[in-house]
Amino acid sequence: MIEIADNKCDFCGCCVGVCPVDCIEVKEADIMIDHDICIDCDLCVYVCPIDVLSQIDKKNSHTIAA
Amino acid sequence: MWKDQKEFDCIVVGGGPAGSTFARIAALGGLSVLLLEKDRDIGMPVRCGEAISDAGIRLFVDPDPRWLASTIDRIRLIAPDDTEIEFDMLEKGYILDRRIFDYDLAQYAANEGAIIVTKAYVDGLIIDNDNVVGVTGTHIGDRFDIRAKIIVGADGVESRVGRWAGLKTVLKLKDIESGIQKTVTGIKCQENMFDFYISRKRAPGGYLWVFPKGKNKANIGLGISGYFAKDGKSSRKYLDEFLEEKYPQASVLTTVVGGIPVAKTVKQLVGDGIMLVGDAAHACNPLTGGGITPGMRSGLLAAEAAVKALHNGGPTKKNLQTYEKSWHKIGGKNHERYYRIKESLYKLDDIDFNTIAHAVASIPEDSRTLMKLFSAAVRKKPSLIFDVARVFAGV
Repeated sequence: MIEIADNKCDFCGCCVGVCPVDCIEVKEADIMIDHDICIDCDLCVYVCPIDVLSQIDKKNSHTIAA
Repeated sequence: MWKDQKEFDCIVVGGGPAGSTFARIAALGGLSVLLLEKDRDIGMPVRCGEAISDAGIRLFVDPDPRWLASTIDRIRLIAPDDTEIEFDMLEKGYILDRRIFDYDLAQYAANEGAIIVTKAYVDGLIIDNDNVVGVTGTHIGDRFDIRAKIIVGADGVESRVGRWAGLKTVLKLKDIESGIQKTVTGIKCQENMFDFYISRKRAPGGYLWVFPKGKNKANIGLGISGYFAKDGKSSRKYLDEFLEEKYPQASVLTTVVGGIPVAKTVKQLVGDGIMLVGDAAHACNPLTGGGITPGMRSGLLAAEAAVKALHNGGPTKKNLQTYEKSWHKIGGKNHERYYRIKESLYKLDDIDFNTIAHAVASIPEDSRTLMKLFSAAVRKKPSLIFDVARVFAGV
């Protein structure tokens, strides 16, 4: 499961741009992940410029080619 | 009130330079236009290095002195071992103040009759028989749904409008740069000079920039390729290390982060009732990451196609494809070239960059023609010739 660190996000939407299943929603000052849709591919974790997102409990084993 | 209007000709989602340019040109062409911006302000936060060429900006607007933080006529490339190569730019460039620039572009659109609304977040499309016919969302907490003949996704690197309409806008990891920038003061910089640090140790798969905004102030930022970001070191860590090394005395006035699409343009830019412009269309130059000029160009070309389509036959995919054709005709081939150069630069490591820099630096500045620089580089890294030949052969 992807965890969002508290009070860290700048709401830039980098993660939304790479999410292959469109499970992240970023508003003006709000970020949400739909964990039912998320496939734990971790691309959002890699591209986040300021380490807001982290993988804490990988249930799915999808890998997405870079 | 915009919420009560039954239908617009166009709804533009996103109030950056691409969206505002679309809105201005479409309104000028007689269309009713509603522009929805999710943030509180047009032009804020500024997720951009703010560099633009004089020729680029003049294609669309006359530069207003209020927008220009500095004028640049010289470039310095800095290799991993700090070897410096300086040269004059063929044409001058600027560092913009996009807070003012974006604001004015939206005003130009409003002056032509477009309606601009901020704090309006779009969360879905209304789709009827496979045609996109409107958007849903919230405005300061209140829900709205509004119809339009054409919906324009100008919603940036995080674009979802295109996806909802079935257009393939998802970026591969190697086609996005993870970016961060600090506007800092209390430093000394050369006011007329762009600094580019090209090295894997400082910004793998991208570059680090110092763009002066006066003698004591600069945008200092970097982008690292998503491909290298996999290694677990974020852009912020790279930038903090650089600032500590080169500008430990800097005070930070603003920090912004964001993704930069360094991809081929989205293959399908239009569908029935839908168009994509700017970063949402991956219009951004994939080599430099510069997105203002290509964004405005895409907005302009898309608006011209929209006006034409709505005056002749309606917003069908086929009619809107005029935009795809003009985009590829005007900038498409260069875009593909820049993409291929980006792909070949990935393969170079810091030893390659240093070796090339030493060879190039040994040529006296007044005889640094592009051809001489190129042949010096190729002598040091012969495989470059294949990459560059491929780029220009278009394979």
